[in-house]
Amino acid sequence: MRTLVLWAVFALLLMVLPLIFDSVLGVSILNQMAIAIVFALSYNLLLGQGGMLSFGHAVYFGLGGFLAVHAMLLTETQTLAIPLVLIPLVGGLCGLVAALFIGSFSTGRAGTVFAMISLGVGELLAASSLILVSFFGGERGVSADRTFAPPFFGVDFAQDVQVYFLAAAWLFVSVLGMYLFTRTPAGRLANAVRDNPERAQFLGYSAQRVRFISFVVAGFFAGIAGGLFAVNYEILTAGNLNAASSGQVLLMAYIGGLGVFIGPIIGAVLLTLINSLFNHYTTLWMLYLGLVFVLTVMFLPRGLTGLLMMHRLPWQQGRLGLLIRPYTLTAIPGAVLVLSLIGLLEMSQRETGPFVYLGIPLAPGSAMSWLALLAVAVIAFVALRRTLPGLRAAWAEATAQSPRSLEKGDAT
Amino acid sequence: MADALIFATLNGLVTGMLLFMLASGVTLIFSMMGVLNFAHASFYMLGAYFAFAISQQIGFWPALLLAPVLVGVLGALVERYGLRHVHKSGQVAELVFTFGLAFLIEEAVQLFWGRATQDFRSPAALDFALFTLFGQDFPAWKGFMLCISVSIFIGLYFALTRTRTGIIIQAAITHPQTVANLGHNVPRLFMVVFGVGSALAGLAGVIAGPVLTTFPGMASMLGSIVFVIVVIGGLGSLTGALVASLLIGLLQSWAIASGLGMADLLALLGVSFPPDHALRDLWRLTLPQVAPLLPYLLLVLMLIFRPSGLFGKRES
Repeated sequence: MRTLVLWAVFALLLMVLPLIFDSVLGVSILNQMAIAIVFALSYNLLLGQGGMLSFGHAVYFGLGGFLAVHAMLLTETQTLAIPLVLIPLVGGLCGLVAALFIGSFSTGRAGTVFAMISLGVGELLAASSLILVSFFGGERGVSADRTFAPPFFGVDFAQDVQVYFLAAAWLFVSVLGMYLFTRTPAGRLANAVRDNPERAQFLGYSAQRVRFISFVVAGFFAGIAGGLFAVNYEILTAGNLNAASSGQVLLMAYIGGLGVFIGPIIGAVLLTLINSLFNHYTTLWMLYLGLVFVLTVMFLPRGLTGLLMMHRLPWQQGRLGLLIRPYTLTAIPGAVLVLSLIGLLEMSQRETGPFVYLGIPLAPGSAMSWLALLAVAVIAFVALRRTLPGLRAAWAEATAQSPRSLEKGDAT
Repeated sequence: MADALIFATLNGLVTGMLLFMLASGVTLIFSMMGVLNFAHASFYMLGAYFAFAISQQIGFWPALLLAPVLVGVLGALVERYGLRHVHKSGQVAELVFTFGLAFLIEEAVQLFWGRATQDFRSPAALDFALFTLFGQDFPAWKGFMLCISVSIFIGLYFALTRTRTGIIIQAAITHPQTVANLGHNVPRLFMVVFGVGSALAGLAGVIAGPVLTTFPGMASMLGSIVFVIVVIGGLGSLTGALVASLLIGLLQSWAIASGLGMADLLALLGVSFPPDHALRDLWRLTLPQVAPLLPYLLLVLMLIFRPSGLFGKRES
């Protein structure tokens, strides 16, 4: 019952969002988010659920997208008449077929070997996409016009909002599909094979078969994401299936958190949002993203969602209140430190003229600005060093087993 | 034909030995720590950039020595304060960490030096033709590259088989627990190997920078090829890495030099297709076009049919 309510809320949210963010930019960001969520979730089926680290997941996204664009072109020249709402399915089926073929030999082993095969296949396709010009369009890519498709109940999808509802419908179906997949025996077995392939084999399940199923399902949904991309942007280029694109989805899923189903959704939403909002302000966005990613891998191996989940125990024991004071005490110098470091980096990028950063005028030419910002950073760092032990102690207290639960443990 | 073949072979040797300088580091690090270091090619790029920056201040020859040392220290620090921390979270996390590091280094390089190609040139002292064959010059710089990489190979071979440290390293590859129990500091050994491996990559960057151009994409250009080599040679096998490096270097060089294509094959078979055939791109392929694809094709085939590689003993 509770999950049913959650899904209803999710559907309602998808309906209401374009009414709240009704600007051109808002709708375009929402569309990007929908695509990113499907893609990141499909990646989670591989890495999070199945323990297969892939460096070439954009292959299925890209192939699905390219076939979808070609399907749109065929509709444009009236060879075929595929309604636009079914274009993502074309992409999905293409991803499925590609995954059936590649998965048949790549899923035999997980770990490093799988990662290397995925890298090899990804590089192979990225390199051939520049050679096979008639299908991949070379440097220019392939573009189509979505409005030539037969209208769907009078909707011609000329506006982005109409595309949003198409994307939202596919998003809902895909998220539901992937969620339900994790609940099937095959989805459960994927977790078992991820955690202990030998034991799963001894129970009589072929690890390869289990991985293969996850792999194909992941390829299908990545293809759907690619198809949605084709519908939204009406163009695909070689950049959509290269290593950089595969890396992006890894970043999204990892920063969001792999262990929990909702993790990659959070990662996709957050990164798309920050990317579209801050890309105009800074040329260093990719550097910050890289820093956040490396720090996440080092200190939050389960991502942002993992960080939230860590608070379940204190919350259940009603000790979340203990953390509020140390959190605020650490957050203030922490935020000041991060912001001043960002300010220093931004100053190093702008050699000419003063600019305003967070309401403070900074002049890259004057030593005063540099010294002042550096001093702020140092002070914040020292303050952070002082507040951290308090936070650590409070955390230990909040997560300690309560005497009552210990007694229960003794009794059993 | 013969002159093209000889020059292609020479160029292939230079590329192959350069690749080996990177592949040897990746292999050593993998066999000791079980980590395929994605960031290895990024250290190669850092080597080129550091050498470029240093050579502008105090000249090329000090840079040849200083840049690899700097990169090596950086590598050791990465191992000590980054990788060792991630090791607890398992193999996948380590792989993802090095991947993130590669991403980060590429962005950092763009932060300091920008996106443009740097004007990093070989020193004037080596700006002459080593010999002239069939009217074609072989630049002395390439001979110098070959000298450095071959001497590194010989040095590495002796260091690993003839010195005490080398023997401890070899022991730590197979039996790290036992080596630790004998009183050797295995974590420090890891740090040293990671540092030396990075320094070798840095040195490769210094000597390759002037030829293969110094730009922010140079790491990703070579990085995946190095993985191909390590996997084809067999994970953890130094001999395999050498053979595979030369194989890939020669294969690519020959493919580029040959100029043959599908058109020749079709002519030989007496088959022809109309110019608007659905697979027209396929019939127009030439070997130089396919050359960048060959390593990956080889990798996928190798992983399907012999996952342990040419000389490898274990699969992962």
